[in-house]
Amino acid sequence: MSVSYALLGLLEHEPSHGYELKRQYDEYFGRDKPLPYGQVYSTLSRLARDGRVLAEGTAPGEGPDRKLFAITEEGEAALATWLARPEAPEPHLQTVLAMKVILALLLERPASAYLDAQRHAHLERMRALTAIRREAPLVDALLADHAIFHLEADLRWIELTSARLGQLAKELNR
Amino acid sequence: MNAVATAPTASATTTSDATLSCRDLHKSFGQTPALRGADFSVDQGEIVAIMGPSGSGKSTLLHCLAGILMPDAGEVLFAGRRVDQMSEARRSELRRREFGFVFQFGQLVPELSAEENIALPLLLAGRRRPEAFAAARRWFAPLGLDGLEGRRSGELSGGESQRVALARGLVAEPQVLFADEPTGSLDSLTGEQVMDLLVDGARRQRTTVIIVTHEPRVAAYADREVIVRDGRVADPVAGVAGLPEPALSGAPR
Repeated sequence: MSVSYALLGLLEHEPSHGYELKRQYDEYFGRDKPLPYGQVYSTLSRLARDGRVLAEGTAPGEGPDRKLFAITEEGEAALATWLARPEAPEPHLQTVLAMKVILALLLERPASAYLDAQRHAHLERMRALTAIRREAPLVDALLADHAIFHLEADLRWIELTSARLGQLAKELNR
Repeated sequence: MNAVATAPTASATTTSDATLSCRDLHKSFGQTPALRGADFSVDQGEIVAIMGPSGSGKSTLLHCLAGILMPDAGEVLFAGRRVDQMSEARRSELRRREFGFVFQFGQLVPELSAEENIALPLLLAGRRRPEAFAAARRWFAPLGLDGLEGRRSGELSGGESQRVALARGLVAEPQVLFADEPTGSLDSLTGEQVMDLLVDGARRQRTTVIIVTHEPRVAAYADREVIVRDGRVADPVAGVAGLPEPALSGAPR
């Protein structure tokens, strides 16, 4: 799911070929888990089918590597919505949150506002859990505590990343 | 400035509730700007967390709102009164009578007992000693401090000191409690106890609370959070307003 938005983001940065997209994806987002070629093309064809990207320069007989992909207005709108919408505060978000920050910086979008919204979503969840912890029996309180500490880890990452946005932007646009 | 009348005179144009707000606050220390156009508002009885990276100006904002620091420009309004235009004496009066404070390291008066520390704001506000001490003693049981009335701050643990400091902040039933990193020096469990007590005490008295904290778990006790960044206050949802809420699958409410 987030792979398609990552590709949209890279294409908003500049039109590109499948091979180059894979290379950029792996550099920014796939350090632990490179994107398989098959998934690049299946994702791009799904995005083309949904009108979010256009493929250009497809002479008959040419392989998919020769196609130049570009984002459409519809694709840009979908990407903007996804970037700005906070993720539901659940465990194991680090990949998608980092992806959003990198894309936002790459595209000169308001990364700090996105992080504020994400912090807010996390804190809303933490408020609900804090209320449970304060009123619930010990067994439920223990589970709420555990969830609170996990949210706290994400929130610490959000704080640190917010504070480092300037430095990260410099590194990305070097 | 009229040095006699200290009670607010509610007119048709001023609100009688204890809303605290500031508009376009600026404050520099030498060449270094700490606040650069900060806007903020808190309703009576609301608990708000002020978050932000260190050096963002969040403590300066707290100190300006509390009348401890004077802003270079901008307005601070409390219950319809301009705090930034008050004399030092009037601000000091305001802090004693209507505001309470809790700081990171308790900051109890070391020469005084726990009981005397808690009674202090009442004594400073001119209440009679027996009354002030009776009120102070009522805080010991609910805070789990029974038997520690005569201890000095050096004879209290960090958590005990902070609970005494909390009682001192709330004992005069202030309109607004200002808390700067109130759990900063405490471990998780003790910090949670202090926050539980702070929130329960404030809710009971309908005391407004402004908490400066970098701890998400402390901020989660507040009704809402604001972010101070580069001397300005950011609304966490305004930056991406109009966009869909996150899908809170499985989350309570």
